[in-house]
Amino acid sequence: MPFVSGLKCRECGRDNPPEPLNVCDFCFGPLEVVYDYATISEVISHERITSGPLSIWRYQDLLPASGEDPVDIMAGYTPLLKARNLGKRLGLHNLYIKNDSVNPSFSFKDRVVSVASTKAVEFGFDTLACASTGNLACSVAAHAARAGVRAVVFIPWDLERGKIIGAAVYNPTLVSVEGTYDEVNRLCSEIADNYGWAFVNINMRPYYAEGSKTLGYEVAEQLGWRVPEHVVVPSASGAMFTKIWKGFNELACLGLLDGVEASSFGPDQNTVHHPAVITRMHMAQAVGCAPIANAWNNGLAHVAPVRPNTVAKSLAIGNPADGIYALRVLKQSDGSAYAVPEQEVVEGIKLLAETEGIFTETAGGVTVSALRNLAESGAIKPDELTVAYITGNGLKTQEAVEEVVDPLSIKPTMRSFEDALNQRIAVGG
Amino acid sequence: MGMQRVKFTFISELVKEPIIYQLGQNFQVVTNIRRADVRENMGWVVLELDGEESEIERGLDWVSAIGVRVDPVSGDVIDG
Repeated sequence: MPFVSGLKCRECGRDNPPEPLNVCDFCFGPLEVVYDYATISEVISHERITSGPLSIWRYQDLLPASGEDPVDIMAGYTPLLKARNLGKRLGLHNLYIKNDSVNPSFSFKDRVVSVASTKAVEFGFDTLACASTGNLACSVAAHAARAGVRAVVFIPWDLERGKIIGAAVYNPTLVSVEGTYDEVNRLCSEIADNYGWAFVNINMRPYYAEGSKTLGYEVAEQLGWRVPEHVVVPSASGAMFTKIWKGFNELACLGLLDGVEASSFGPDQNTVHHPAVITRMHMAQAVGCAPIANAWNNGLAHVAPVRPNTVAKSLAIGNPADGIYALRVLKQSDGSAYAVPEQEVVEGIKLLAETEGIFTETAGGVTVSALRNLAESGAIKPDELTVAYITGNGLKTQEAVEEVVDPLSIKPTMRSFEDALNQRIAVGG
Repeated sequence: MGMQRVKFTFISELVKEPIIYQLGQNFQVVTNIRRADVRENMGWVVLELDGEESEIERGLDWVSAIGVRVDPVSGDVIDG
């Protein structure tokens, strides 16, 4: 890891060694990777990035694990599509969709897990683990298979069948935990403390979270090295939201954005001096689990934990680890946070599918509904460059949209077909 | 002996209650506060608990039962 100098506590500022740690030994605050940006600025360039692999590892200079032999199932470099039809529906002429649902295990989690697993192998771990409600379980199991190490995946006992199969097919040790949400959380935390495994979102968390920065880098690169005026991002722990912002600002500080002068990284040259870009960061949560949006919209400095009760299970984090930092990003970027009514989640899924041919999971429905609200309220102007992040695939949450199945049932005759077709046309179907 | 690092989150009705004192008095658990922020309408405390595992569990069950939310120090462990 040529450009990582350590881990810094985000609360007390103490330096910690670059080891498998997630909290500061002194104050138990969360840790952040510290980079040697001065050295990075001497080597990084557009050419160096674009000559790299068509995956997140083209940005290896800005990642905390070595890109020489990464655990890579080709996460990242996903399409950025001009959304003409959806834009027309919403009155937005400059709208793009970052379609991260087409990652190898069908969610953005492949980005963070690729970084965490590469780091775990570097550290010498022989087991990857996680506790997950679906997407993370699939990605950890897939990356462990690729790395040739063991996977132990903890899931709540009532997880949907499709998600269980999506993880089980990679042959991890699958542990179904019977208990309340809080009991499962506490148990998994204790297991992480007592077993020498690489829990990607616990003891590998500082490295894992950095993988989400690539969602910022890629969008900037795909837009011709510029950043959008608005982004709309679904949020659970708040980590991805903060890391996209960090990614934009790193590019700006390193002089990699067209028309933006390279700028300071802060007093110690290791901390990004926010904000260096003008992007307004908009957060999307579902009403049934919106602790960060609630805090923001009520002007609170704290994020009060909630008990999740939402159809958007991949966003169901009631006590978001990065909530307080997400609030800071909202403030720094002059952003907003929107809690989408539960009934609008499915509407958002269907709207994206019908207009752009992209089938997203419930988190994507939350994003699209928040985007619609931002457009209707005038928070996003028609000509402003806007990117909405779609982070998971609809095949994982098919139950949410089961009611769309309404076929024309006919006998195998032309008469039957035409009768049914005319009947459907008559009712406007 | 065992050790757990936990975060207690208090609703406004419990902010003035000496819960951590009572935890140490009523259970064989040593409490060691590392970080906290307590305001009028809400508060949280990050602390380390030392003691027999069964005693820590009993103590945490009591804390939960009186309405304090108990989480791992790094927030929710279950991810999407």
